[in-house]
Amino acid sequence: MESIIQVNNLTKYFKQIHAVDDLSFSVQKGEVYGFLGQNGAGKSTTIRMLLTLIKPTNGTIQIFGADLKDHRNKILMKIGAIIEKPDLYKYLTALENLRLFARLSKIHRTPAEFIRQLEVVGIAERATSKVKTFSQGMKQRLGIACALIHDPELIVLDEPTNGLDPQGIADVRNLILHLSKNEGKTVLISSHLLNEIELIADSMLIIDKGKKIAMGKVNELLNPADMFIELQTTNNSAALYKLQNSNFQKIVKTKDGKILLSVHQQEVPELAKTLIAMGIEIMALQPKHSLEDFFLSLTTNDNHVAAYKN
Amino acid sequence: MWQLIKIELFKIFKKPRTYIAFAAIAAIVFLIQLALYVDGKAYLGFILQSLEETFEVQGNILNGYFVCFIILQTLLVHVPLLIALVSGDIIAGEANMGTLRLLLTKPVSRTTLMLAKFFATVTYTIMLLTFMAVLALFGSMLLFGTGDMINLKSEMVIILDVSDIFWRYMAAFAFASLSMITVCSLAFLLSVLAENSIGPIISTMAIIIVFTILTTMDIPFFNALKPFLFTNHMLNWKGFFDRPVNNMEVLKSAAVLVIHAFLFVSLAILIFRKKDILT
Repeated sequence: MESIIQVNNLTKYFKQIHAVDDLSFSVQKGEVYGFLGQNGAGKSTTIRMLLTLIKPTNGTIQIFGADLKDHRNKILMKIGAIIEKPDLYKYLTALENLRLFARLSKIHRTPAEFIRQLEVVGIAERATSKVKTFSQGMKQRLGIACALIHDPELIVLDEPTNGLDPQGIADVRNLILHLSKNEGKTVLISSHLLNEIELIADSMLIIDKGKKIAMGKVNELLNPADMFIELQTTNNSAALYKLQNSNFQKIVKTKDGKILLSVHQQEVPELAKTLIAMGIEIMALQPKHSLEDFFLSLTTNDNHVAAYKN
Repeated sequence: MWQLIKIELFKIFKKPRTYIAFAAIAAIVFLIQLALYVDGKAYLGFILQSLEETFEVQGNILNGYFVCFIILQTLLVHVPLLIALVSGDIIAGEANMGTLRLLLTKPVSRTTLMLAKFFATVTYTIMLLTFMAVLALFGSMLLFGTGDMINLKSEMVIILDVSDIFWRYMAAFAFASLSMITVCSLAFLLSVLAENSIGPIISTMAIIIVFTILTTMDIPFFNALKPFLFTNHMLNWKGFFDRPVNNMEVLKSAAVLVIHAFLFVSLAILIFRKKDILT
């Protein structure tokens, strides 16, 4: 499969702050790639580096097989993006905004094509209204129209459903699925909401404090047969060390004196047996069925000692 | 590049604040013309008081050329604020609105974008000065007619023949445009450093005020500094109303202004090329 985005060892420091720390991932052609993490995890910084808004401290970015640093304009010609909330020119109309971004993308569209684009996002009837009169949802839709006006191959959306009502969220979700499944576009979408990514993404990457925590196919990471276990033992540090070097190493970390790990449902008895055989006494073993719970526990402030296999 | 300049001009002239400058200039010019039309003779009598004791003044002295000179002397000191309103906003305003990040995700290099924005503000500046020229010069010529022009200086009086004035005004407006382009470049540089437009607008005015104070203070400590301050050269459009025109002095001032504008814009581009867009 053709790799559209290839990021290697991407790092960004803002003075002493490590916003993104040695991040590597790749996005394949035609997939919807979810980029998940809490606010401040480093998602927007990474996306801004992909769009040349921020210069990386280290690492390389290749998009469409070309180095972003050397072929910036050629690459950006094929990308449509929304970064956080789409702040458009409030003193211009929807149509004027759309026309302006089309010109910036160096493409020519007829008036009918502009209106059709506004119809796709459901705001054609407000084409000649000034953006300052729009609701947040309408601005978001216009932002998407502006991002798609030049028919890009890669669409980068940073938190595209922020500020939208449930209907707006569903519309954006359906639009992304339509673009990916029917038009073969590659979509990179960031969010801090796991269920949003779960519904639309093929693959996903979870980051926290700029570091990769988990990465893989969504259906593998969110396998319903997988369970997330909270474990308390008489000797957590020994248990953690042994688990990281055992078959139960998919995701392991400690939090609040507990060990959190991901195991297959059928492996739970085996896990208990293994710990006892290792001489570790189990004080509590509590399944956490919701991945949302696990994601939250994984990405909150704590000593991060994750081990993951990709 | 031309396409980008057109886009920037489109944005500038779609903003209501752009027209504040045109409205302000129209209002000031009209008020001065009206006042001089109603009570010009008394005003002229007052400023020619000492002269009339020695000379007999004949003919239409309160003519369009003289009125235009008075308007320019009053107005050109304040135009930098009107220039800074637009050029200080050109980047910082977009950063504040959040549209800068959208612009920079388009296939346009940062240098090209900056040059397009700069040329658009220069176009605005020239349009503003042209507007002022039309109102102040042609408006006054229409209202007061033409005639020889008296240029009252502290140490002498220069009388310019009616046939020898028009070209001087054209040259003076061209020089004033250069002065205002330097102001525009300064505001442009400060606009790169800020994330809202109030900062660059106020900073531009603060720099001009401080430099002007240094220029006007007759203290030896500042004298060595004065030739290098662009504000010291900004009002040298008046040199075109000397007889003969000191070409070397005017050219030197023009060169200082061009060098300042070039440095301000180059520095702005250099900073912007390296800047992380976090807004």
